[in-house]
Amino acid sequence: MIGERFGSLTDAPATFLLAGVRVIDPNDGSDSIRDLALLNGFLAEASSVPPGIERIGAAGLVAAPGFCDLHTHLREPGTEGGETIASGARAAARGGYTTICAMPNTDPPVDEPARVGWVVERARDAACRVRVIGAVTVGRGGESLVELGAMVGAGAVGFSDDGAAIPSGRLARAAMSSLRSVGRPLIEHAEDAALAAGSVMRAGPTAGRLGLAGWTPAAELTIVERDIALAAETGAQLHLTHLSTAAALEAVRRARARGLPVTCDVTPHHLALTDAWVAGSCRLAWEEPDEGAPLDSDRAFDGTCRVNPPLPSRDDALALLAGLSDGIIDAIATDHAPHPPERKFVPFEDAAPGMIGLETALSIGLAAAEAGQLRLAGLVAALSIRPAEIIGERRSLAIGQLADLVVFDPLARRRIDATDLASSSANTPLLGTELPGVVRLTVADGRVTYRA
Amino acid sequence: MQDTIPRTSAHRHLLDVDAMTRSDIERALDLAVEMREARAARAHRSMLETETVGLCFFEASTRTRVSFELAAKALGATVVDLSVAGSSVGKGESLVDTIRTLERTGVTALVLRHSAAGAPYLAARTSGMAIVNAGDGMHAHPTQALLDALTLREALGPLDGRLITIVGDVGRSRVARSNLHALVKLGARVRLGGPAAWVRAFDGWPGVEIATNLAEALHGADAVMTLRVQLERAGVSGVSLRQYVADWRLDEERMRLAAPNSPILHPGPTNEGVELTADLAEGHRSLIGRQVENGVPVRMAVLALVTGAA
Repeated sequence: MIGERFGSLTDAPATFLLAGVRVIDPNDGSDSIRDLALLNGFLAEASSVPPGIERIGAAGLVAAPGFCDLHTHLREPGTEGGETIASGARAAARGGYTTICAMPNTDPPVDEPARVGWVVERARDAACRVRVIGAVTVGRGGESLVELGAMVGAGAVGFSDDGAAIPSGRLARAAMSSLRSVGRPLIEHAEDAALAAGSVMRAGPTAGRLGLAGWTPAAELTIVERDIALAAETGAQLHLTHLSTAAALEAVRRARARGLPVTCDVTPHHLALTDAWVAGSCRLAWEEPDEGAPLDSDRAFDGTCRVNPPLPSRDDALALLAGLSDGIIDAIATDHAPHPPERKFVPFEDAAPGMIGLETALSIGLAAAEAGQLRLAGLVAALSIRPAEIIGERRSLAIGQLADLVVFDPLARRRIDATDLASSSANTPLLGTELPGVVRLTVADGRVTYRA
Repeated sequence: MQDTIPRTSAHRHLLDVDAMTRSDIERALDLAVEMREARAARAHRSMLETETVGLCFFEASTRTRVSFELAAKALGATVVDLSVAGSSVGKGESLVDTIRTLERTGVTALVLRHSAAGAPYLAARTSGMAIVNAGDGMHAHPTQALLDALTLREALGPLDGRLITIVGDVGRSRVARSNLHALVKLGARVRLGGPAAWVRAFDGWPGVEIATNLAEALHGADAVMTLRVQLERAGVSGVSLRQYVADWRLDEERMRLAAPNSPILHPGPTNEGVELTADLAEGHRSLIGRQVENGVPVRMAVLALVTGAA
């Protein structure tokens, strides 16, 4: 975008006044139009700021706590062609994020304290805070546990073998017992590897039509049920990431009703896109489906729609939207998974799974809100304070706090374009789609990290 | 950094039958009949003389590859057979790189068979060549469906309201999928029969009936198409070969469940005694030889259509 600027966490703290901005703070449920002032990075009474400071007209804009992504793939170290810590952090700032949690499936994986420290150090002057999720098992090999306590000491905020579930129930139980004592969550990619083996898209009529091997929802549900049982036994905090089926969501609902410490997130693409996108559809989940149309030769079998877990059935996408509205789903997490074109511009079944999401999550959420599928306050909470709570962080828009916020225009339209992304990668089937929502300003730790 | 390249060519493709209208299909079949006569009369021998047809088969094939080759040559095209064993494809070159290389060397129409569903769609997005899908994974095999439609039309007359039963490992069959599109568009009723695990993929496919026992599958059928059973997979899907033969193998006796004198088709090659008995395959009901004969003229018609020569 023309005239946009990125900043970093090591810049000088900001001082300015946002005039007439709609402030949504899910901490206290407040939603009001007022002036918001920053003085040397701290939120201050608008009436107390000295005259002459920069005044930014913000009528029609929304200010909210900075967004927190629980699930980001930065490809550094190892495959920096797809993304680096610096480029991923810029994409995050541009999407309104002030914190992202880096998944450990790099090369080498983040499975020792020194590697946690390396990422933390490397991200010190990034455009957003980068928290580190450590691997649960050595080399993500699913055989022996990492040194969880030492990893926490080095800065790990949670643990995950994302890309795979912990394969054995016995090891998952051991991990959860240890995680309970270090007070950090297990972030589980719930997928039974044997059940999912060979599958490339969600089982159903579209997979049948395309002749692609279908992924069955039982692959998710079996691990979700196993882990909930282990959470009940161990008392560990279990966070289920990228839930994609109504069945798994119902299992979480039952666990929560029992008072178990189980949380979950959903990705923007599992809320808004459906398995029909693999056949070339570009209808969002809440729009009327275009079943039975001939395959669009320009869009069908597009490798950018290959993602794991696979894009859901329309019914499941609508169930996930409902789950987000009723609060059973705590957070929206992007599973931002950058890949260079050569990993995606291949036959569908050979495409690397994953799509980018940091720069489109808010827009997808706003599109859902415009369609009446979500409330704006709920969307803001699911992007900001609720994911932050899962990694033990608090943020608020109260006077005296170090400022951590996003300001966005909820009505401005944008066309998602490959040349208009801060990420190093452009692997999203949303290219060419017009969506609402443009981030104007992101402030992390009192510093302006993005402004447009 | 764009993942897809805008299509620049005015060429048409044949990726699957689903993109054809009923009149497109009828035109292709009429043209095939004309091509059969032209071939016998050695006419149209320079129709494609400016075209270079590449045969790019990433999976073993004899009859499909040979019939495309004969079709292209009958119309005067230059034909290059890119035998994949020993080509750079096996050495890690990506499909997209291979496609682009073929285009630069002067191939104008590419006949592509690939084990991955959707590979021809990628090829169509990657190049300006006319792409003909000669089979992609379990997804589609449109020229087989067209030659089956021609064979059925010649045996039964117009297919409106006629009941065609397809029996076998339908779920993994690209032949079945393309036939579904073609037959439904031509007005036929389609019934799929096979062990439940093999027909499940078609639950909810618009306009398709499912039968999980042979009597139900054959009842009233005006023609029966049986598909090749992949012997190596029979056990894996929970259906033993012995059970399949016991429950589903077609023979003269069982064919009495269908409409009188209803013909039988098979895309070949058959597994002797598995999908149907040798007596049936060689008997008066069998259209299997006609299917093979129709392969070349149908592919002549397709090549003429995608290159814009007809």
